[in-house]
Amino acid sequence: LGESTGLPLSALSHPTPVTSDQVEHLHRRFKQLSNDKPTIRKEHFDSIPDLEFNPIRCKIVQAFFDRRNLRQEEDGLVDEINFEDFLTIMSYFRPIEPNMDEEQLQRFRTDKIKFLFHMYDSDHDGIITLQEYRNVVEELLSGNPHLEKGAARSIADGAMLEAAQTCVGPMGPNQVYEGITFDDFLKVGSGGAVAGVLGAHSVAPCA
Amino acid sequence: AQRSSGSPASSNGSQSFAIVSFKWNHVKDPYVITLWVLVASLAKIVFHLSHKVTRVVPESALLIVLGLFLGGIVWAADHIASFTLTPTVFFFYLLPPIVLDAGYFMPNRLFFGNLGSILLYAVIGTVWNAATTGLSLYGVYLTGIMGHLDIGLLDFLLFGSLIAAVDPVAVLAVFEEVHVNEILFIIVFGESLLNDAVTVVLYNVFESFVAIGPEKVTGTECVKGIVSFFVVSLGGTLVGIFFAFLLSLVSRFTKHVRIIEPGFVFIISYLSYLTAEMLSLSSILAITFCGICCQKYVKANISEQSSTTVRYTMKMLASGAETIIFMFLGISAVNPDIWTWNTAFILLTLVFISVYRVLGVVLQTWILNHYRMVQLEIIDQVVMSYGGLRGAVAFALVALLDGNKVGEKNLFVSTTIIVVFFTVIFQGLTIKPLVQWLKVKKTEHREPKLNEKLHGRAFDHILSAIEDISGQIGHNYLRDKWSNFDRRFLSKILMRRSAQKSRDQILNVFHELNLKDAISYVAEGERRGSLAFIRSPSTDNMVNVDFNTPRPSTVESSVSYLLRDKAGPVCLDMQALEQRRKSIRDTEDTVTHHTLQQYLYKPRQEHKHLYSRHEIMHNEDEKQDKEIFHRTMRKRLESFKSTKLGINHPKKLNKIHKRDRGQKRRNSSAIPNGKIPSENPVQDFALKEKDLEFSEPEESNDYETLHLGKGVDFLANVTKQNFTDTPSGIDNPVFSADDDQSVYMKFSPWLSSEDTVVPSQRARVQIPYSPNNFRRLTPFRLSNKSIDSFLQADGPEDRPRSFLPESTHM
Repeated sequence: LGESTGLPLSALSHPTPVTSDQVEHLHRRFKQLSNDKPTIRKEHFDSIPDLEFNPIRCKIVQAFFDRRNLRQEEDGLVDEINFEDFLTIMSYFRPIEPNMDEEQLQRFRTDKIKFLFHMYDSDHDGIITLQEYRNVVEELLSGNPHLEKGAARSIADGAMLEAAQTCVGPMGPNQVYEGITFDDFLKVGSGGAVAGVLGAHSVAPCA
Repeated sequence: AQRSSGSPASSNGSQSFAIVSFKWNHVKDPYVITLWVLVASLAKIVFHLSHKVTRVVPESALLIVLGLFLGGIVWAADHIASFTLTPTVFFFYLLPPIVLDAGYFMPNRLFFGNLGSILLYAVIGTVWNAATTGLSLYGVYLTGIMGHLDIGLLDFLLFGSLIAAVDPVAVLAVFEEVHVNEILFIIVFGESLLNDAVTVVLYNVFESFVAIGPEKVTGTECVKGIVSFFVVSLGGTLVGIFFAFLLSLVSRFTKHVRIIEPGFVFIISYLSYLTAEMLSLSSILAITFCGICCQKYVKANISEQSSTTVRYTMKMLASGAETIIFMFLGISAVNPDIWTWNTAFILLTLVFISVYRVLGVVLQTWILNHYRMVQLEIIDQVVMSYGGLRGAVAFALVALLDGNKVGEKNLFVSTTIIVVFFTVIFQGLTIKPLVQWLKVKKTEHREPKLNEKLHGRAFDHILSAIEDISGQIGHNYLRDKWSNFDRRFLSKILMRRSAQKSRDQILNVFHELNLKDAISYVAEGERRGSLAFIRSPSTDNMVNVDFNTPRPSTVESSVSYLLRDKAGPVCLDMQALEQRRKSIRDTEDTVTHHTLQQYLYKPRQEHKHLYSRHEIMHNEDEKQDKEIFHRTMRKRLESFKSTKLGINHPKKLNKIHKRDRGQKRRNSSAIPNGKIPSENPVQDFALKEKDLEFSEPEESNDYETLHLGKGVDFLANVTKQNFTDTPSGIDNPVFSADDDQSVYMKFSPWLSSEDTVVPSQRARVQIPYSPNNFRRLTPFRLSNKSIDSFLQADGPEDRPRSFLPESTHM
């Protein structure tokens, strides 16, 4: 399987347990996107037509190049990713196998939430500040053309407040709520909606 | 005029005029029907008097028993079974409201998310049940245990097909009280709805087979049967969707006939049911999908009051119909004419349907679990098997049978009655303890959290993107495509323009939360006793409050209660309270709440509207409310933002600076208008206070630019060390931070015009405090200018917290 399809062997022994079918499929897709080159840059994602309608497209594409998602120690963004990196990102969304045990499932969920967290936290400081949150919400709601300008901001503000109240409780007069840390994020985001999304919807590759 | 008394008409039929006569036959039919409905409803009241009983016994069971009891009375009195549940009444009048209610309130996302599983259980499961039950009974019959019956294979299959279907009415009735988790519920319930197509087809096919006689059944007939299944089900669905489209379109234009708006929902849905019935398609599917497809657009288009009306009417009709159905099931059972007893048949039927149900569920679940993300565990399967109740649909179908063609109709009827009673009563009784014993995961009722919604939305987009990137067509892809299609075409046609703007779910949650915040804030204020909310019909009802007296006890009803009830626009004319004479801090608590009046709800003159059947006032304050919400939210976050960015200090500097500037101007200012009894020492005291607190409207009214996010600009300005404070518009002192003013109410603010901003001391809460924490109370400000200048009020004037009234002697 390795040499004949041009798959780098390292991909097959990739630490994330993706089945070989999926690897095949993704590799084909990768080659399609990269025009048969070994690496992909951000521009290559523009060739996906359906992605255009996605309001948070930029952030998602950027997430592919985020070092934190690629499990690298440094911070920041890379310019191009190879297939192994591509696989790493995609493996966050692989379908849940029935033989996963509780711990694996938990880790799986945490990974997904972490992915989301990295997406929100654009300056990579580990905290989602109000401005960052506002950016995300505005982008998220940008799909609705009838939304007033201030509404998205207000919503972000409200959500931030809610997070503050949930995570820190009633605050003293001099307390400052810096922003949402990852733990807070887990606490706040572990509600029903997210759990339902996480549990019920992973991406299942079609045959 | 010859008779002088109220005696009934003379029996000799003379030509004399009867003043009063007893016209029983004239009213008999509607009277009896109404009486029965009344009896059923009264019974419900009686049942719910005892909590212990209703917690254990499901209502449906109680109603059946009541029906048996009443039927017994009627029979004993008359020796005829005069009331039965006729299939016509059932199918035309009692079943549609229940199914419409189910469809209209169906959680669509959940439903379509599990549609695959639901369809599998509904179609394959029902066919399996019908086939196995029918064939097994036939097999047993062949062994001769049942004795001799005028019956053939086809009859058995016919019976199997009508007894196999899980009944939506019964499932709803029982599961409503059991509260299993939503996925389990939607699967069982969806199955009960969608199996109607199968039931209809099987029933019709076998009935006609029985009619034409078993000899003439050929292969083509069977093929025709299979084809008819697809036609019936898909046809019914399409009819439903068509009428849903019609309904949504109509609701788009009903802006000027709001009174009859709710009527359209019922009429058009009912038409869909009848149309499908007319075309011999599946009418249950039609009305279900009509409800499912129209709900989004109709709910967006019709007014708030109409929506409430629709909801309540639907629930009332559905609940009423359900009550009547169960009661009449009981009554119809008391009919000795139909009773035929065949122990083997009846017992075996019970056994077979239970066993085969379990088998079917287990098999199908095993298959499904290979394809499902969320697995269905053993516990779920137990509940699903046990919750497969049979109900009135089976009974109506069996009553519909032609006694001439089906030899053993009475036996079938008796068996069906027993089966229905068994499942509803016995299984209904025991399912709750079973669920608890097995520790089935229950629904978690949680308030919608903004964050959850946002994250859910983000994940949706991410998953769609991943699917796009990896080139797969998956669940999210489909849903995304649908929602794009919907947004671009359907919503434009079917939704009112104004509705299109605000139909975003996240916005709805946001507004809901704002409302809740406002309500809890008000409730908190009430609880603390610093506010007396008096609901006054108009702002003319100004009361001259004497500061010396304690809080007037004329609080009509808690305003928060009113708000919670969403009783439309409430006029909050708040009256200041409180003179706790003891401590100085208490005296600070003199407040008024025009804040809320100003910032949340415009006080509304209650129109002395003549009773009009054609018009109602609708809420024209939506835009204003929205603006107010935006404003308040923005202001709330200023504190947040300001503390985060550390602009506390510059801000304070600003204010002190301003205060200094202000003071120079103030000392010579006149006391603003208002009735101020100057003898009151507190007042004098307050007067001095007042001198310091006049706000400085220094900039023009930015009201129009409010919702363009000026708040952030303000902060940006401040960070630039810009000393001209330019907050936008009216500062809602409730939500501004760092306000340490300690100003009293100097005059009766309610005497001023509506637009006066006289926020209460209590009303100033520092965010992100929860409303329960009113420690940092800040007083309000007054203007030395005319009242109108409040519209130009500027940013909050700051004052250190420790600044107590008694130390301000200026």
